Amino acid sequence: MKREIPLFLTAVIGIFMILSFFVPHQVVSVPADFLQQSAVILVAFGYVLGGANALKVNFDAVYKREPGWIYKLVLIGSLIATVAIGLAEGRNWQDETTRSMWIYNNLYAPMNATMFALLAFFIASAAFRAFRIRTLEAGLLATAALIVMLGRVPVGDYATRWLPWKWAQLSSLQQWIMDNPQNSAKRAILMGAAMGVMATGLRVILGIERSYLSGED
Amino acid sequence: MSGIAERNPNRSSQEAHLAGESNRPRSRGLIHAAAVQAVVWLALGAAAPASHAAGMPPPAPPSGLTWSDTPNDAGRSVELAWKLSPDDTLATGRVTGYLIERSETPAGPWTLVDSTAAGVSGREDQSVQRDTDYFYRVTAVGPGGRTPALSVTGPVRAVSQWINQTRWSVLVFLVVFFGAVLFYMASAQAGRKPFVRRIPGIDAIEEAIGRATEMGRPVLYIPGITDIDDMQTVAGLVILESVAKITARYETQVTVPVSYPIPFAIADEMVKSGYLSAGKPELYDPRSVSFVSPEQFAFVAAITGIMLRDRPAAHIFMGSFFAESLLLAETGFSTGAIQVAGTAQVAQLPFFVVACDYTLIGEELYAASAYLSGEPKLVGSLKGADLLKLIIMAVIIVGCLLESFGIHGLTVWMNTQ
Repeated sequence: MKREIPLFLTAVIGIFMILSFFVPHQVVSVPADFLQQSAVILVAFGYVLGGANALKVNFDAVYKREPGWIYKLVLIGSLIATVAIGLAEGRNWQDETTRSMWIYNNLYAPMNATMFALLAFFIASAAFRAFRIRTLEAGLLATAALIVMLGRVPVGDYATRWLPWKWAQLSSLQQWIMDNPQNSAKRAILMGAAMGVMATGLRVILGIERSYLSGED
Repeated sequence: MSGIAERNPNRSSQEAHLAGESNRPRSRGLIHAAAVQAVVWLALGAAAPASHAAGMPPPAPPSGLTWSDTPNDAGRSVELAWKLSPDDTLATGRVTGYLIERSETPAGPWTLVDSTAAGVSGREDQSVQRDTDYFYRVTAVGPGGRTPALSVTGPVRAVSQWINQTRWSVLVFLVVFFGAVLFYMASAQAGRKPFVRRIPGIDAIEEAIGRATEMGRPVLYIPGITDIDDMQTVAGLVILESVAKITARYETQVTVPVSYPIPFAIADEMVKSGYLSAGKPELYDPRSVSFVSPEQFAFVAAITGIMLRDRPAAHIFMGSFFAESLLLAETGFSTGAIQVAGTAQVAQLPFFVVACDYTLIGEELYAASAYLSGEPKLVGSLKGADLLKLIIMAVIIVGCLLESFGIHGLTVWMNTQ
């Protein structure tokens, strides 16, 4: 029964949600909305589980003085302090003058931005490797990338504006690459992925894909 | 502002309504109406006094107000259309907008529900209750003031529909797809297991785990950074079970940091299940799966930290990734680990292709669990998806031909709302 009940619920709710896509009537749409709201509530409880796991894993590491335990101590302290301040401030914790917002604006946001900024350097190093022309395919990729990059900045457009054929100007060429080969490949991947989504969904609804229920009966 | 207010014959009833004297218990509609009214009065009021002082008369009223129930919805909106005021021209500038008012009786009281700019002759009112009769009227407003409404239309009733008529094409494809998948699954179970081409990226997973075992280092598995409502996360978690089975067989540690709590609970079950299937439940480490953070860059910081401190020999990224894909894959590349990635996020695929040794592209991610398990039913479902792809290709070709000859029937049928 440990497996049968979740499988039954998955099948019923899965089929019901598919039905709600085709049937807008309130007989279906109201329970479907309710189920979606219930999922949000369920996820909220999931955060309690997640928070407990984060505390347990990091407390263990601090207790056993594992390498880097001091950072885990900082994590635990930050987690507890942020939650405590948020709880103390109550419903108005999102007001501009609260300590929670100070933490968000002066600690969280700058750290987030710092991590994101690293992407610029990683893109440069990845591009350096990607555009090494060692095969015909790599050559085609590098040529297409060069045309697209130059065609999307004013200097590329300016350099080829004198050409009498509009199609040969870099801005037109890059647009053709983006609209045709690039878009076709992208849509093919998306369509294939959509089939995969449907197939996986069907396998879960039919209970063929049931490993998420754990191996214990 | 006062100029317009004075010309509004229903101002007192609206004020009474806004003041809460109405006996209709619809606070949400009341707040909506109050908000709309405030915006409209503020927008129109600024221009009114000066122009009114110039003696400009109010614009002629709009006419021909009609309504229709919004098709294919749950009875939550009605569509209104009217003929513009004859004064609604750029040359005269006598109309600045239209006010749409609603009441439950033809005599009022009237509630302002929406407004439009000049030149707009229709609006959808999405604040109605289904199966309730309403009456509407539309008035024109300009620098010279507001006109009395020409007529009232109604009773207007929003009704819930049983079938969304624009989604028949999706239903047909869905039925064909489900039918094909079920047929091939039954066929595979009967012994006619379909051929599945080799997918080097999936084959490389075992190779990567083997390498980690030889080096005595852990395997790092990331099931994407989205919640369980994303099917890529589901696919990533399903593959995790097979990966855990291999790591259990090789007696290698697997580390699974997860970004959301629900996938965390499922990932824990998956790893446990993998060790159980491999017959080595005693090797399962409860700390191998951990919840990190749903915040994108906090998650990145944690993962890159694991990569640089613990030096896993194999990194497996399976699921949905966004900007962090390159941050993770490039950091992983710098550590010299063998990397296998799989995602259906088209924008992130180039990053994984560049920085990883193997990449599963789009549908390969969803095929991976069937490929790894070799379960006839799962493999059969792949064949069903292939058949639908073939049908879609044929439909695309036929559609292109029909459109070329000016026949739009198929395109219209395929268009959904």
